[in-house]
Parts: sequence; C-alpha cells; structure tokens
Amino acid sequence: MKLLIVEIEALTKIYESKLRVVALDKIDLELKQGEIFGLLGPNGAGKTTTISISTTRALPTSGTVRIAGIDVVQHPAHARRHIGVVPQFNTLDRSLTVYENLYFHCRYFGFSHSQAKSRTLELLEQFLLTERKGVYPAQLSGGLAQRVQIARAIAHRPTVLFLDEPSAGLDPQSRMAMWNAVAELRKEGITVLLTTHYMEEADSLSDRVAIIDYGRVLALGSPEKLKATFGAQTIFDLKLKSLAGIEKAVIWLKTRPDVTSADATPEGLRVVATRTAELLPDLVQVGSQFGLRDLAITEPSLETVFIKLTGRDLRE
Amino acid sequence: MNNGEQGSGISGQGSGGSGIFFKAFVGMFLRDLRVLFREFHVFLARVGMQPLLFLFVFTFILPRMGGVNMMASGAGMDFGTILLPGLMAVAIMFSGIAAVALPLSSEFGITREIDDRVMCPLPLWAVALEKVSFSAMQSIIAALLVIPMAYYVPAHPVRVQVANWFLLVVVLVLSSFLTGALGLVIGSTVNPRQIGLVFSILVVPITFLGCVYYPWAYLNKIRWLQIAVLINPIVYMSEGLRASVTPGIAHMPWWAILLALVFFATALGRLGLRGFLRRVLS
Repeated sequence: MKLLIVEIEALTKIYESKLRVVALDKIDLELKQGEIFGLLGPNGAGKTTTISISTTRALPTSGTVRIAGIDVVQHPAHARRHIGVVPQFNTLDRSLTVYENLYFHCRYFGFSHSQAKSRTLELLEQFLLTERKGVYPAQLSGGLAQRVQIARAIAHRPTVLFLDEPSAGLDPQSRMAMWNAVAELRKEGITVLLTTHYMEEADSLSDRVAIIDYGRVLALGSPEKLKATFGAQTIFDLKLKSLAGIEKAVIWLKTRPDVTSADATPEGLRVVATRTAELLPDLVQVGSQFGLRDLAITEPSLETVFIKLTGRDLRE
Repeated sequence: MNNGEQGSGISGQGSGGSGIFFKAFVGMFLRDLRVLFREFHVFLARVGMQPLLFLFVFTFILPRMGGVNMMASGAGMDFGTILLPGLMAVAIMFSGIAAVALPLSSEFGITREIDDRVMCPLPLWAVALEKVSFSAMQSIIAALLVIPMAYYVPAHPVRVQVANWFLLVVVLVLSSFLTGALGLVIGSTVNPRQIGLVFSILVVPITFLGCVYYPWAYLNKIRWLQIAVLINPIVYMSEGLRASVTPGIAHMPWWAILLALVFFATALGRLGLRGFLRRVLS
C-alpha cells in the first residue's frame, strides 16, 4: 500500500464576520504518494481555503490536516519542510533576481551555499530559465513568472506540491508549458494537489479528482470513473426565439429513452442525453418550431459531470 | 521517501528541528544583506542625508551668522553636543521605520511577497524577529554614521566622550530593536496607501517631542510637557544616547532609561507580533 502524504479529516472552516460563511464543511480527502490530485470547483467552493489550511496559512475551525504524518496546526514549521506552494498570484521576491529567488529559497530551507547553488543551477536548466537568471521578476511575463514559481516551490524537494489555480491568467501557450512542467514532476515522485476551475486541466493532469462545491466534496474518483458513474452524458443547450408552448416539447423529449432530462431555461431548452445520433436531428426539428437561433453541444466531460452534480456551470 | 535521483543537495533533512530554524533565519538575514548591499549607496543617502543637513544648518551655517542661533546660546552649551545624541536617535528611528514598516506594508498589501518567507520552515514569530533584527542592524549603522559627521561638519567639533561603552552598546541595541518593533506595528496595521499619513501624524510628532533637539531636563520650565513626553519612547532613546555619548549634558538616570527602553521594546514587540500573525494567518 502506498503512503498517505496528505490526510484531511473533517476539515471545517467558518468565517465569522457580519455574514457567517461556511467555507469548508467537514471535508475528507486523502492523497497517496506520487499521485496528482485535482480539486475542482467553481470560485468560492472552498478550494483555496483547503490549500491555505493545508499549507499552514490559515487555521481551521475544526478538523485536522496531516502532511507526511505531521499535523499542520500543531507543528506548522516542521510541516512546511514537506510543503511546496505555487500560489495563485505572483509572490516572487521583487528585490531578487530569478537566480537569487531560487538560491535564497534553498537557503531558507537549510541548504548550504554550495548545495543551494548547484540546486539552483539544476532548476534553471530544468525549467529552461538559465538565460533569465539575472532578470528581476517584474520583467517576466506571466508564464515565465509561473515557471519560476514552480521551480521555487519544488527547490527544497518537498513531499507534496500545492498548485493553487496554476493556469489562472496564463495564455494558452504558457498553460501548456505549465501542464508539461507538472506532468514532469510525476517522474520525481512528488505528490501534487492542484485546484482549478478548468475542466480540461483537471481531466488531463489528475489521477484523481474531487469535485467540491459550497465546501463539500460532491464526488471523488479518477476522471474516467467520475464520467462513467455520473453518466457520460452530452448536454444540448438550445437558444430559442419564442418559448410559447415549450412545455409540450419538454414532455415529449422526456419520454424518449435516450434523454435523461429536459428542462426549459430562460433562453430556451437544456437537454441531457446518453446518445446523440438520433436525437440531434430531432432536436433541430423541434427547435426550429420555436425559432432556433443557437445550439451548443457539450461533449461528455468533467464539465457535464459537474453540471449534473450541481445543476450549474463551473463558470457561473 | 523518494527525493529525486540526481539529488546533489538534499535539504537539511538530517539536521534536527532547531538546526533548520537557525539556518532558515540565517538564510533570511543573508537575503536582506544581499538586497541592502546591492543598493548600499541608497541606504547611505537615506540614513545620512537628514543628520548631515541638520548638522550643516544648525552647527555650521547658523553659528556663522552670529547671534541668530538662539538655541545654542540659550542652552549655554555647544548646540552640536546637544544635537548629536538626538540625531542618533532620529537616525535609529527613521531607519527602523524605513527598514520594516515600509517594505512590510507593501509586501502585505500589494505583492504578498511575504508569503515566500512565511512558508519557510521556521515559526512565524522568528520571521518577524528576523525583520526586526535586520532593521536593528541598519539602525545601529545609521546611528554610528552620525558620529563622524558630528565631528567633521560643525564649526566647532562636537565633544564625544564615551564614558560607559557598555551603556552605549545596550542603549543602541535596545533602541534599535524598539524602533524595529515599532516598524513591525506600523507595517502590519497600516495599509500602504496610508503609510505616508503615519509619517505626518506619528513619526514626525514623536520625533519633535522626543527630546531630540533639547535635553529632557531643560523641559522643567514647561512641567506639563515634561511629564507628557514620558509616554514617548523616543525620549528614552535620546536620553540614553545622551547619557552614553555626551554625559556632560543633563540626562535622566541610566536605570530609568534602560527600564523604559526594555518596557517599550517589549510592549511594541508583542503588539507588532500580534499584528504580524494576524496578517499572515487567517
């Protein structure tokens, strides 16, 4: 059996201010050594709070988090030796060059001068940053800065790496480069917990995914398993000019064996179906009676799983 | 656990718990030194300009105008001698604020750069202590820089006579930690947009009323003020330096000075740490 690197038990965080906000509601998660684990959910679902508590940056209201067996609330300084963090925003040291950012990070973690130097050179090479070693963070593009942040986060060879929305604000090219960097980490045997609201990201990078919303885990498993369990369904969104008499169409659609659900929406119709081949032409025909102006098809993905579980889009 | 094959530098995994705390602390100090020395001329200009101009105007220009320097003639003593310990106190004070409050305020507010050091393997109070210690080091340099200036700039060189080296060292160190702690309080409670305001409503008043330009004993003619300024920590810094650098001038008893410095340093330190923890831990 593989070692458990991250153990989150009944983790609860309640922000008591004017408004009582339950950010986390008894979350349980376990990460095995070497796996890449995706925490998927819309903004405000509790992803960042989970990371903040796990990385000793916030205190839980109740519940525990253990990193490599160390309780993060009881022994935060010791736990931090096992933790690497790539925060949501660029927190590189603006007063230091790229080289120095990595070098001093190593020193903070107890490396000697020569150890820190060789580790820094190794990382610069690994992340193709050697040419930029003398540059200050303010002069770096978003993608490059993110690469430096990842290099810095793994510099002290942590047991687990936390990536909080790693591709937020990145252009597609940088996002691909970042994904490759994360995939490369697998070879080093490092455990990764990443949060994202990009389905593709969770789907293509993660070994396992937890879908969370309103501070609760709604579903947990490999992307394939989630798609299978919650039905590999296709979602059709129809935008219609006129909605008069749409109820009849809804009733008719619901009787079809290939349709899982059909509902009227403010703009038209949403149909969730298991098979699409025969349905599509029929939908177009029905839709045209109501002045069909747009038809969007969402292929089976974690996105459809999420919509099925929560009834709303991730980006809503 | 697999730490990677090519591992030339496995972190201080073998060293014990407090060993890595110490190394992390040293690492942060080295980082601050690197940043300071890269812009050492900026640092010198920042800490040196004010005392230099003060000495130039009050002890070089005004004496040459004859009779105008009421303060000096009123004091019946060379004004430079009165001014020296006060200027050292101001240098310590400003350096403490500039080294902790200003950077901390922006690191907390805009860039969150502080996160990098907060994630280091040492307790958060030690991260705050490192900030204060490094600021204290700058304050001590800033204060010592004033001495050669006071020797070369004034029309009549200032008589520096350190009667008690031990007292000087203790006062310098305590004062420097005190202002570092004050910097921590300001940096962790004031947001960057209002940091300028802090200078006008806090730093400038406590400096002007900090017995910098006059010994505390001379305030006896304005009794209420003499008592009121006792809540101002700068008073004890000026008086402490007066007692150790220019003991010929009236000053408070050394035990009262040390007691007050310890009290203020501890109180501000606790307050600053509380603010710091509140900012980094939610």
